[in-house]
Amino acid sequence: MSQTLVEKIWDAHVVKSEAGFPDILYIDTHLIHEVTSPQAFDGLRKRGLPVFRPKQTVATADHNVPTINQLQPIKEELSRYQVDMLTKNCAEFGIELYGLGHPFQGIVHVIGPELGITLPGKTMVCGDSHTSTHGAFGAIAFGIGTSQVEQVFATQCLLQQRPKTMKIEVNGKLGKGVTAKDIILYIISKISAAGGTGYFIEYAGSAIEALSMEARMTICNMSIEMGARGGLIAPDQTTFDYIKGREFAPAGAEWDKALAYWKTLYSDADAKFDSVLTFEAEDIAPMITYGTNPGMGMGIKENIPSTSDQPDKEQLSYQKALDYMGFDDNSSLIGKPVDYVFIGSCTNSRIEDLREVAEFVKDKQKAENVTVWIVPGSKQVEQQAINEGLDKIFERAGFQLREPGCSACLGMNEDKIPAGKYCISTSNRNFEGRQGPDSRTLLVSPLTAAAAAITGKITDVREMLAEA
Amino acid sequence: MKKFERLISGLVPLNIENIDTDQIIPARFLKATTREGFGENLFRDWRYNGDNTLKADFVLNNPTYSGQVLVAGKNFGCGSSREHAAWAIQDAGFDVVISSFFADIFKGNALNNGLLPIQVSEAFLAAIFAAVGKNHKAQLDVDLENQTVTIADTGEKTDFEINSYKKTCLINGYDDIDFILDQKHLIEEFEQAK
Repeated sequence: MSQTLVEKIWDAHVVKSEAGFPDILYIDTHLIHEVTSPQAFDGLRKRGLPVFRPKQTVATADHNVPTINQLQPIKEELSRYQVDMLTKNCAEFGIELYGLGHPFQGIVHVIGPELGITLPGKTMVCGDSHTSTHGAFGAIAFGIGTSQVEQVFATQCLLQQRPKTMKIEVNGKLGKGVTAKDIILYIISKISAAGGTGYFIEYAGSAIEALSMEARMTICNMSIEMGARGGLIAPDQTTFDYIKGREFAPAGAEWDKALAYWKTLYSDADAKFDSVLTFEAEDIAPMITYGTNPGMGMGIKENIPSTSDQPDKEQLSYQKALDYMGFDDNSSLIGKPVDYVFIGSCTNSRIEDLREVAEFVKDKQKAENVTVWIVPGSKQVEQQAINEGLDKIFERAGFQLREPGCSACLGMNEDKIPAGKYCISTSNRNFEGRQGPDSRTLLVSPLTAAAAAITGKITDVREMLAEA
Repeated sequence: MKKFERLISGLVPLNIENIDTDQIIPARFLKATTREGFGENLFRDWRYNGDNTLKADFVLNNPTYSGQVLVAGKNFGCGSSREHAAWAIQDAGFDVVISSFFADIFKGNALNNGLLPIQVSEAFLAAIFAAVGKNHKAQLDVDLENQTVTIADTGEKTDFEINSYKKTCLINGYDDIDFILDQKHLIEEFEQAK
């Protein structure tokens, strides 16, 4: 019978399926970090259970960690305690930890792929909603709550309802200055912050196939921002080339065996999806969000949609969002001054993102009114950036290249955007207060962020590319 | 896990859509390593001014409204997977959340903690908001066994869906780990067959 990619991977991991019950789904890899794991470890202690498969569990510290002077003791007491607890818990339960100071440390969704832990056909979970990132490799990867972290610790399985499937095709060629981030912000703006709820989304089409692995990760990363349980892309030569030779990737005969399996991982031509949507790449412009959920996005030259055009019962929430942002109906954002530029997060902190920004800002200077933070996704990304001399380019431009972590994406560490300030950010969420109490976030691509860093205001990057 | 069967209670109306888990419990309050105490910071930035004084106009600060049922606009709990959101709501004294639409991860987290998420139609949600608008002390009767919610003042009643397995868990206070651990032999067989 014809199957979608999700169904193929799902079926290969079902331990038990019984009518009236959720499936017992086997989890190949469990990624953990300091914020959503301590209560799960406590739960194990209360039940007197070990971690069932510690070798299939990988830990890192990312959410709370400082991004300057990372090797000095963490100043904030609660953050330090949480990171210390992770170290203690991993030692007690026999879990490999890539903690502060380790050359593999970084944002959990950056290190999995770069270490070759993330592989096609796997089931992967993490107590973090952006786990969908790993779907870029043709894996079923999704975020879970702490009770489920405890379940996976205890059993290496999860009780899960079989998901609905959606295919989103993006065909054609992207215009100049338009990137993967713009594709995903465009899709979310079209189907809303809840439009994918209940689905696993497979991204396909010629525009997706043309993307690098880093770009595919950016797309899959934000699946949750439309409510989807996960997002994935069928593995192809681009995927295999990326994986080959990575630290924990299969090698030798194991590689050949894995590769043969990975090549079976695609949706059959006549597979049935519960929903199919199609978009054209050429319709996509550099995107920007103007509100307080990722669905409130538009092409950067458009005007903010008016409140009266929203459905009646949504007008109150819509107006509340615009008031929070300090924006008016029908106005353009072009030329609005910005205060901070944040280039980082599990969405856009990979080496390719940093290269793209460096290429653009080479021999340019940031505007005086902006503070620019570049936070690499991992120690490996940081090291690579230094090896390639990107750090010098950033320094000359007046950008701060900091140390790896989640940083200002969610402001759990000191990297917070002050109240009322505007931050052009390559992260994934523009919720109220996400980057610090009363901060105002505008989500964009790394290129659009770089353009704003140079001009000090919201800028259509295409005009600057044309000049060059 | 906390058991749930039936609840007759007042409600707190929060007629806002797309309430994300960063509003329910901002990231900076996720640093505790136990499950307790998050209620204090539930809707922190909507409840408090920057100087930690209460915002008088926020519904949770209005003593006219009280009860163990939180009623909110559609797409409740979107965003981060933080289970702290469910813990915070529960810790603040709520046992039920009603909305016309829930984000998946939040819904799962709530069910795993004995906090009952009930999805109702837009029309029924509007009826609840209308009832509490007229009478701030309006009561809801939530009956899990029969899967119904009734607005006591008007007698309006609706059915709601819940997975039969999850319903059994809630009524008996079982959790998923108990269920899977009973079948550990199947997991080991699965691993050997791989």
